[in-house]
Amino acid sequence: MKKTVNKTTKNNFITYGMVIAIFAVVQILSSTGNLSRLLTGLLVPICVYTIASLSLNLVVGYSGELSLGHAGFMCVGAYSSAVFSHVTSDLIPSVPRLILAILVGAVVAAVFGVLIGIPVLRLRGDYLAIVTLAFGEIIKNLINILYVGVDDKGLHVATSAANLKLDPGGKQIIKGALGVSGTSTLYKDIKDYFFLIGVILILIVLFVIQNLVNSRSGRAITSTRDNRIAAESIGINVTKNKLLAFTISAAIAGVAGVLYAHNLSMLKVSIFDYNMSITILVYVILGGMGNLRGSILATIVLYALPELLRGFSTYRMLIYAIVMIAMMLFNWAPAARDFRSRIVEKIKGHGKEKEAA
Amino acid sequence: MSFISYLKDGISLGSIYAIIALGYTMVYGIAKMLNFAHGDVIMVGAFVILTAVTKANMSPILAIILSVVICTAAGVVIEAVAYRPLRKASSNLAVLITAIGVSYLLQNLALLIFGADAKSFVPVINVPSLVLFGGQLTVKGVTIVTILVCIVIMVGLQLFVKKTKPGRAMQAVSEDRDAAQLMGVNVNATISLTFAIGSGLAAIAGLLLCSAYPTLTPYTGAMPGIKAFVAAVFGGIGSIPGAMVGGILLGVIEIFSKAYISSQVADAIVFAVLIVVLLVKPSGLFGKNIQEKV
Repeated sequence: MKKTVNKTTKNNFITYGMVIAIFAVVQILSSTGNLSRLLTGLLVPICVYTIASLSLNLVVGYSGELSLGHAGFMCVGAYSSAVFSHVTSDLIPSVPRLILAILVGAVVAAVFGVLIGIPVLRLRGDYLAIVTLAFGEIIKNLINILYVGVDDKGLHVATSAANLKLDPGGKQIIKGALGVSGTSTLYKDIKDYFFLIGVILILIVLFVIQNLVNSRSGRAITSTRDNRIAAESIGINVTKNKLLAFTISAAIAGVAGVLYAHNLSMLKVSIFDYNMSITILVYVILGGMGNLRGSILATIVLYALPELLRGFSTYRMLIYAIVMIAMMLFNWAPAARDFRSRIVEKIKGHGKEKEAA
Repeated sequence: MSFISYLKDGISLGSIYAIIALGYTMVYGIAKMLNFAHGDVIMVGAFVILTAVTKANMSPILAIILSVVICTAAGVVIEAVAYRPLRKASSNLAVLITAIGVSYLLQNLALLIFGADAKSFVPVINVPSLVLFGGQLTVKGVTIVTILVCIVIMVGLQLFVKKTKPGRAMQAVSEDRDAAQLMGVNVNATISLTFAIGSGLAAIAGLLLCSAYPTLTPYTGAMPGIKAFVAAVFGGIGSIPGAMVGGILLGVIEIFSKAYISSQVADAIVFAVLIVVLLVKPSGLFGKNIQEKV
């Protein structure tokens, strides 16, 4: 018998290969000095947004639910891991500290994912979208007034700087709307490897999502997306599977937040707003819902392009908007679908005629 | 006395939310879609008034009429170009995302035309303030106008939907689109009419909103839009009295939490209330519970 590689496995490895190839190209460019400072600065944010859009794709593409609050999970991951890094900065060397920080961010975001998912997933469609949006705003609002400090007695949490009651020698970590400062300086020694870490994280995230999607649970999740009632009728626990996808997605978004927080010297909550969630959604939709490679490519192109075209930045969102509407119409309108299938038929038809002749 | 003063502010803000929520609720009831761009139509309406009054020296009344006309037209055009082709699409996420795209489009068009800096809105409504209780309570003219306009719109709309032929066509389409079509109702025209009314109301809401809070940026409409949607869901989406009650309750909750708890978490409280309401009664206060069938 001939050994054949499973089609899904092959497909998965193409995705890994693509990420590694992109990484290699960037490394070659950067080592030969062909990468401008501007582009170098974009590398880690691109990794952050790639992870975020992969995470959202799990919910939007595979689970079929629209989440408009993914920035909230990133925010939770970013803040929890930043606090962790500050608290343990003298105790643990930087590499294991970063790994632990990533785990902390992922776990905290996953906990929020479960807490939010249980009520939210009872709702459907537009209601679910608006409630995730509401949760994103609530998280943003609450962190905006959150003050966290640390001293010899442990962590202090309050809603104003005066209420922290830190001992002399204690330090404030989260300063309300001013956010967290100096997280990246805690990792000075490994700062240059952040892009590599980002790429490794992308590969891990891809591994998790691809294996989940092709597992039994993953098939249950996609079947619920395609027809909820049919899935229920054959005994699939819809809520459980949706919650699974939602929680894993939240954890991955948390990881994106961790990377984001640790790459910046100033972390402010105002960045994690509704627009950030929408930006990630745009990457997912333009890359193709349920298409992981598409998400990665769309994120790279759409994130880098406007930054490179700074001069046109006033038009970039306008173009975004128009492209978004046009893509949706082209992809989903029944008329456009008919038109497309007619063209495909025509091309195929011509091919057959030629074969016959 | 401060309680009554806050209550008055809350009802005034709530009336604006109610007018915006009407646009959401009617469109949702009839086209079964969440028109995310509705909030941005408010901003368009406000910019039209501002430009007409300051640049073209129009009289306020003419400017308001112009704004209503432009917003109505915008609503109809948006529906025809962006939403109608997707009405029979297999995924209802498609039209929601298109609506987000339209919202972005309107915001960024305004950004290009008017710039990002906040403009101060011109006082268009010139009604004297009402002084009550020997000067202890002053009710601004804008507040009185807002509440009156809200009541007039509610009553008018309720009569329109219940008593007139196009209004009953709307009810029919919202009840069962295919059956309405079989009975000779022009579904496309009815949905266009709904968008026209909703967007016209958005123009009025823009006027009232910017008269009460006179700063205008391309993003002015986004947050009130989201909150008005919350109000519509709160009251039971698809229901006109629900939008009114939901809007006013939401406005009162927002002002009270700003006054008595913290202005920074007021939005969080508003959204938390929405979540609690949806968990207890997923169809909202006045909503109908519709069972999904195969």
